[in-house]
Amino acid sequence: MAIPISYNIRNMKLRKGLTIMTALGIALTVTTAIFIMALLAGLQRAFVTSGNPLNVLVLRKGSTSELTGPFPAENFQVLKTLPGVAKDSHGDPLVSGEVTVVIVLARRDGSGEVNVTVRGMMQDGLELRPAVKLAQGRWFAPGQREIVVSNSIHKRFQHADVGDSVEFGKGSWQVVGVFDAGGTAYESEMWGDVNQMTSDFDRQGVYSSAYLRATDAVSAEALKNRVSDDQRLKLDSMLETEYYAKQTSSGAVIRTIGWIVAVIMAIGSSFAAMNTMYAAAAYRSREIATLRVIGFSRSSILTSFVLEAVLLSLLGAGVGIVLMLPFNGMTTGTQNQTTFSEVVFGLQMTPGVVGSAIIFALAMGLIGGFAPAWHAARQNILNALRG
Amino acid sequence: MTLTRFVTKNALRNKRRSSLTVLSIGFSLLLLTLMMAIWRNFYLKEGSEVSALRLVTRHKVSLTFSMPSYYREKIRALPGVAVVVPQNWFGGVYKDDKSRNFFAQFGTDPEEFFKVYKDWEIPEDQIVAWQRDRAGAVVDSKKAEEFGWKVGQKVIITGTIFPTNLELTIRGIFNAPQPTQALYYNQKYVEEAVPYMKGQQGFYTILADSPESVARIGPAIDAMFRNSPQPTRTETERAFQLGFLAMLGNVKAFILSICGAVVFAILLVSANTMAMSIRERTREVAVLKTLGFTRRTILGLFVGEAIVVALVGGVVGSVAAFLIGVGAGKTGGMMGALQVSLPTILVAWFVAALVGFISAVVPSYNASRLNIVDGLRHIG
Repeated sequence: MAIPISYNIRNMKLRKGLTIMTALGIALTVTTAIFIMALLAGLQRAFVTSGNPLNVLVLRKGSTSELTGPFPAENFQVLKTLPGVAKDSHGDPLVSGEVTVVIVLARRDGSGEVNVTVRGMMQDGLELRPAVKLAQGRWFAPGQREIVVSNSIHKRFQHADVGDSVEFGKGSWQVVGVFDAGGTAYESEMWGDVNQMTSDFDRQGVYSSAYLRATDAVSAEALKNRVSDDQRLKLDSMLETEYYAKQTSSGAVIRTIGWIVAVIMAIGSSFAAMNTMYAAAAYRSREIATLRVIGFSRSSILTSFVLEAVLLSLLGAGVGIVLMLPFNGMTTGTQNQTTFSEVVFGLQMTPGVVGSAIIFALAMGLIGGFAPAWHAARQNILNALRG
Repeated sequence: MTLTRFVTKNALRNKRRSSLTVLSIGFSLLLLTLMMAIWRNFYLKEGSEVSALRLVTRHKVSLTFSMPSYYREKIRALPGVAVVVPQNWFGGVYKDDKSRNFFAQFGTDPEEFFKVYKDWEIPEDQIVAWQRDRAGAVVDSKKAEEFGWKVGQKVIITGTIFPTNLELTIRGIFNAPQPTQALYYNQKYVEEAVPYMKGQQGFYTILADSPESVARIGPAIDAMFRNSPQPTRTETERAFQLGFLAMLGNVKAFILSICGAVVFAILLVSANTMAMSIRERTREVAVLKTLGFTRRTILGLFVGEAIVVALVGGVVGSVAAFLIGVGAGKTGGMMGALQVSLPTILVAWFVAALVGFISAVVPSYNASRLNIVDGLRHIG
């Protein structure tokens, strides 16, 4: 027969101080684990949800990122006329030749300087990215030295308000708007007119990349193969979504360090939980013996104590989750290993993250609780009653 | 029995509890020591004397923009400048596009490269061999070991930024005080293959003739090119390296918050243990008082016990961290930041002792104030 859970809960209430301190210790470990998992979830989201599956990205052959390989602008004229390219609102092919460069901006909080991607695009570039919405001001006008910045750049960097001007290339650029990219990789970019940018950065006659919108998924695949296989073009192409999915490896450093930290802290917390449970078992040795005399089996004592440890860790997990809630959505940045520029992402406490945190805490409770529970269940009834 | 012996005996009374506490504190302090070591190696440690003499000049906008080659002679002409070499990021891939095959390759000038990096060790004949072979390269000993490269071996590196591949022969293997994991080749090789790179350089590394010149050279270079189409930004080699770290994210805040969580966690563990053991000994405290021990002595006994347990945990943790650091140091690169120095270990011990002290103050104070009669009446 099982011992009711209310017995465990009452016991935990009886020694409030001990329960609270142990649970807090577990909570701290859970907070660390959530923090790291939420960072990775945010980073994952920034890359995985980026890109439109119908957009085909074209780069120079051998180049792995938009930053690295320019190709001649003549090739772009060929790309425009390929079959399977969708039409824009004016009836022209929906394509954009683009140039991306990296510039250094100072963080608003003064914590250092960071590489930021500046993207020059054709007017169709905006139509190619319908998920990106204007939040303030207006879009840049063609032929003007104007840029729009993403929401997170606006928040995180100096001189990124509407009306400010940013110095790069051959002079200053007016910030005319702020766009909202919904947590995707575009959150780390500044956009302007491609022709202005190529002349400012002495990149006339070349593009860093080109975007083509396919009419449907089948023609997107066909376009991709056609561009990559054409020996005259010396170009490579991929779906925009594939390009970003490859960049999730940028989180590798955070992942490795984060897990080492979380696991070491978890081991420490398991020992602490073990200590608490041994003490709980010692205090109650006479009680346990009485339970055994009444007829509760060893296994039900074992289950009861393991359960108590699990309850303790769940309490810790709950506190940890509540402690982390205020940080949900907080944005931060790290370096994108492909483009060497900053990628901005938010802490995302997804259901998966919360679920893993609870499992993480459960594991600590089980590891910490099993040995003391075993000890409690195995003790000699007579000695315990006498003690 | 002396008081010290009394404290140690008490600390060892419940062996299981003490060892669990020591392990718990030990693991936390292992983490704390490693974090402090990283902090120290990144932000506090001064580089070698020669490293402090080096400056880096890059394009003001960012590292991805190049500067004209004639900047080198203009910089060299400035007072206080001893040697200048250009460096160019190649960003190629060895064998295939796997992250483990991705490492730094720089194009430079073999004639003067080791005059700037004069603290790097390489046999003189290997430098000469490198200078004589335009398709030659020198490589960091750690990298050479990792890939199993020997002097004289051919290495092919596929270009991703530039439309060319490097077919190099390893002419020398050097040992840098801080492993760089990098390969250096003659930039002329790339200039000949990629016409638009002719007359362009990525960044310049400068060796100053004296520590006093270092502060003067930076502003002088930047002032010289301020109004040119390619303005520059000059900083010390160390600031240049820290700039890369800043790009990884807010590393300082990350380390600090982990340290904070760890310290708080060990405080909880230690306080928990002390609360448990003092509570069990309520009756003993009353007996001690009856025997004539003062409140102060009793306070001291318990606080001392907490400090002993926490310190043992601290020693276990920091020694483990030290061993990890030694192991990590052998692999080189970023892992070298885990190397633990003596001051770091001492700080870790101090933190452990402090945590032990703080955790025991409240329960010990309560115990020392105990009324003798209540204490004697207390049942477990």
